[in-house]
Amino acid sequence: MEKPELQDKVCSILAEQLAVDRDKVTPEARFSEDLDADSLDLVEAVLALEEEFSVSIPEDEMESVKTVGQAVDLVASKVGASA
Amino acid sequence: MSDAPVAFVTGASRGIGRAVSEGLARAGLAVAVGFRSDPEGAEETAQKIVSGDGRAFAQSVDVADEASVAEAFGAIERELGPVGVLVNNAGYTKDGLAVRYQVETWDTTIDTNLKGAFLCSRRALPSMLKSRWGRVVNVASAAALRGNAGQTAYSASKAGLVGFTKSLAREVGSRGITVNVVCPGFVETRLTETTPEEIKERYVEMTPAGRVGSPEEIAAVIVFLAGASASYVNGAVIPIDGGLTA
Repeated sequence: MEKPELQDKVCSILAEQLAVDRDKVTPEARFSEDLDADSLDLVEAVLALEEEFSVSIPEDEMESVKTVGQAVDLVASKVGASA
Repeated sequence: MSDAPVAFVTGASRGIGRAVSEGLARAGLAVAVGFRSDPEGAEETAQKIVSGDGRAFAQSVDVADEASVAEAFGAIERELGPVGVLVNNAGYTKDGLAVRYQVETWDTTIDTNLKGAFLCSRRALPSMLKSRWGRVVNVASAAALRGNAGQTAYSASKAGLVGFTKSLAREVGSRGITVNVVCPGFVETRLTETTPEEIKERYVEMTPAGRVGSPEEIAAVIVFLAGASASYVNGAVIPIDGGLTA
């Protein structure tokens, strides 16, 4: 999968999981401050991403993910998407 | 597949687990009857349910082993669907004074009774979160609330279940999932088979009801907690002990 397509898919899933408008889910958006996501919201979002892309995202790798862009990068690295 | 939830009861070859399995099946749920070392008992439990027009099958699981838990849940999901009701009932006990207690026995007790509940709950939660509905009922003991000489490991594991229950209830309560713990008093099951007669008599004396409890009396409360009408009971610690800990 190409990165732009992957980014779009990830952002759509995040918008749905976090119940926010799609246009709010920008790469710079911070989960906690901008998207009002608590830790359980994030867990659910990760579960949805893992299911959609058939990848496994270990808990410790999630800790450094604070923005949507970082989440996209992490999923991309697991999927092996081309830039 | 019907709309009724799927239940997984660990340690359900006999005793409380069997009574719970039968009670849940009567309430319309499909039940996976968990067992580790007694496949015949689990098969019997499942057969009893099936001959009463219910749905059930026996599923082997070592609750203290992550891989075994994953395999068991995978099998249940393929056979019946995602688990909506989890009853962490598998239990182990071996009495002995702390000063001489074997470390391996301590580990086995904590792993089976406490870690097992954690591993099974952890594996059950994603689908419960997804469907915004779930029931986790942990089976502790009156020993979680009151000490008993010879039961430091058992009491520790059961008291641990109480803390686990309360914290987990706070984590997932917003998703329509309830997590509660019941504390049975003295019940005649395989777990208490080897209890010396004098100790059993002492329990009966200390119990206002003046008798031991039956597996069905414990199961009745668990079946209630697993149902729709218990939707506002969360993080609760419920003794079912004839007044033993009152």
